[in-house]
Amino acid sequence: MRFIFKTDYEQDIRLFRHGGQRFWYGVLAVLLLLAPWWAGEYVMSQLHFILIYSIVGFGLMMLTGFTGQVSLGHAAFLAVGAYTEALLQAAGVPFVISIGCAALFTAVLGLIVGLPALRLKGIYLTIATLAFNVIVEEIIARWHSLTGGNEGKHLKPVQILGWKLESDAEFYYLCLVLTVICCLACVNLLRSPTGRAFVAIRDSEVSASCMGVHLAKYKTIAFAFSAALTGIGGALYAHKLAFISPEQFTLFQSIELITIVILGGIGFLHGAVLGAAFIIVLPQLISIAKGWLPEGLVPAGMQAVVFGVILVLVIIFEPLGLYGRWLKIRAWFELFPFYRKGMFRRQKSYMKSERLR
Amino acid sequence: MSFFKVEHLGIRFGGVVAVDNVGFEVKRGEVFTIIGPNGAGKTTIFNLIGLIYPATRGRILYQGRELTGLPPHRVAELGIARTFQNIELFEHATVLQNLLIGRHRHRRTSLWREMLFTSSVRQAEIAQREAVEKVIDFLELAKVRDSLVAGLPYGVRKVVELGRALATEPRLLLLDEPSSGLNPEETDDMAFWIEDIKRHLGITVLMVEHDMNLVSRVSDRVLALNMGSVIAEGTAAEVQAHPAVVEAYLGKAA
Ligand SMILES: Nc1ncnc2c1ncn2[C@@H]1O[C@H](COP(=O)(O)OP(=O)(O)OP(=O)(O)O)[C@@H](O)[C@H]1O
Ligand SMILES: [Mg+2]
Repeated sequence: MRFIFKTDYEQDIRLFRHGGQRFWYGVLAVLLLLAPWWAGEYVMSQLHFILIYSIVGFGLMMLTGFTGQVSLGHAAFLAVGAYTEALLQAAGVPFVISIGCAALFTAVLGLIVGLPALRLKGIYLTIATLAFNVIVEEIIARWHSLTGGNEGKHLKPVQILGWKLESDAEFYYLCLVLTVICCLACVNLLRSPTGRAFVAIRDSEVSASCMGVHLAKYKTIAFAFSAALTGIGGALYAHKLAFISPEQFTLFQSIELITIVILGGIGFLHGAVLGAAFIIVLPQLISIAKGWLPEGLVPAGMQAVVFGVILVLVIIFEPLGLYGRWLKIRAWFELFPFYRKGMFRRQKSYMKSERLR
Repeated sequence: MSFFKVEHLGIRFGGVVAVDNVGFEVKRGEVFTIIGPNGAGKTTIFNLIGLIYPATRGRILYQGRELTGLPPHRVAELGIARTFQNIELFEHATVLQNLLIGRHRHRRTSLWREMLFTSSVRQAEIAQREAVEKVIDFLELAKVRDSLVAGLPYGVRKVVELGRALATEPRLLLLDEPSSGLNPEETDDMAFWIEDIKRHLGITVLMVEHDMNLVSRVSDRVLALNMGSVIAEGTAAEVQAHPAVVEAYLGKAA
């Protein structure tokens, strides 16, 4: 058990709370920076996806995990980011500008989608975002002259100021840098008034508003910020695949994205990364399992079923997700032999509307 | 110009007239208490002042400005803070974070600078923490500063909620049954704090309370409410002795 003795106000604001944290993040940074040396071609490709999904995961975590607005339409933002990047690259716009545009454009779209969030709550909002996903998917498939419809769009490798990022390692570093930037933006927001306003809205809208939080403003900020990160993720995703088409941005993709957040651990940025890693590794695990099991026992489309089952199990048995599980394991070691069950139990907060009276 | 004034305030929920033509005035620097039996409409008055419900009729005047019609978050920005009868804290945040949200109306930073966490944001954050630390000292919350609210006992949460309201540095503080659910010792602390809030912090308090000991101890004036209407107003002793109040609480003498 670690007790942190606080002696000045800066301590709460710091990025790293104590030396141990600094050490472990340092180790992680070194491992990630050296990845092209230790990782093979296949692992590198997986790392690309994990980083890209982490960025999207951060975006969705800010909205769902910290502001409490569940979105089932983030594949649409991913799509808009991806297509913006594809179209701008085709038009000869430099990458630095085009990815900025992808972020900006999706942010504006997020603002617009956020508007119903001011009136709709809970499941109704989720249904609205779901409808948005379907609409965007349809538009992309039908607007042939712009998006190429179902034939999709091809992308060339990223080029930054005349430097072509053709190798896996180069693209990896691009993803890594953007992931770190996005992560820092989230961490910074969360230790500032805006992040606290998000959490306030998540936990109690009435009392957030009584503390002077402009609900409409902060909900739209959350949507826009979340969409912008997803747009950046989308642009990288497009480059990673080098080919995009409407079927990559279906509702199933949205469910996959929300799985990242729920599985990783609602309300923890670490959770977004863990969830992303899990989502990327899972299909591999499934295909390995397929090899072991007799032919025909595992039907096609197994992935969707496994996703669904995992989501349900996590929600029932581990509402804090993978990161919550890790916290418990760590606490068990730190407190051994004093750990007791139920230490992490959250109070149920049903009857929200009743509580106002 | 009066400090805080309510005129002809009324609201109906479907067929229920919860508050009916209520008027009163709170003077700067006093503790004004509303009493009344269950369902009298006390909490509803607070919700009307907080603009959580739009009033069906009447006006709310605060420092000469009309509140009715403003968006709800403006109420806090104007310096009115409140606590809730059943505690509405941010459950999955620490005590410190809860109090920091109280500082929301004093924020001076923009979104872009927050994303970059510039030195101006850092300085603002430190200043906010200094302000919050004063509240923590005042209410003796240092022990639980970094605990999650979800794990705290009821009595402590009640104090945290008071702290969050104080962190906004209000001019008018609305307390909805500050002593409900507290044991006698905690109630005594609460009375002490309310007196201090009035005397040392100079904050005007508008309170709803059932515990008549606490009411007599801290209130300057008391208003009695029954079935949404005012039935008596005066000092605590006067109101308690008023026949209409006795009747409201005990029922008509047969
Ligand atoms: N949102 C609402 N919808 C419908 N009726 C309501 C609503 N809020 C309050 N009421 C009704 O208004 C009346 C007054 O309620 P209120 O909560 O203000 O009473 P109170 O004086 O605070 O009582 P208590 O001492 O029990 O807290 C009650 O009859 C209640 O049922
Ligand atoms: Mg009440």
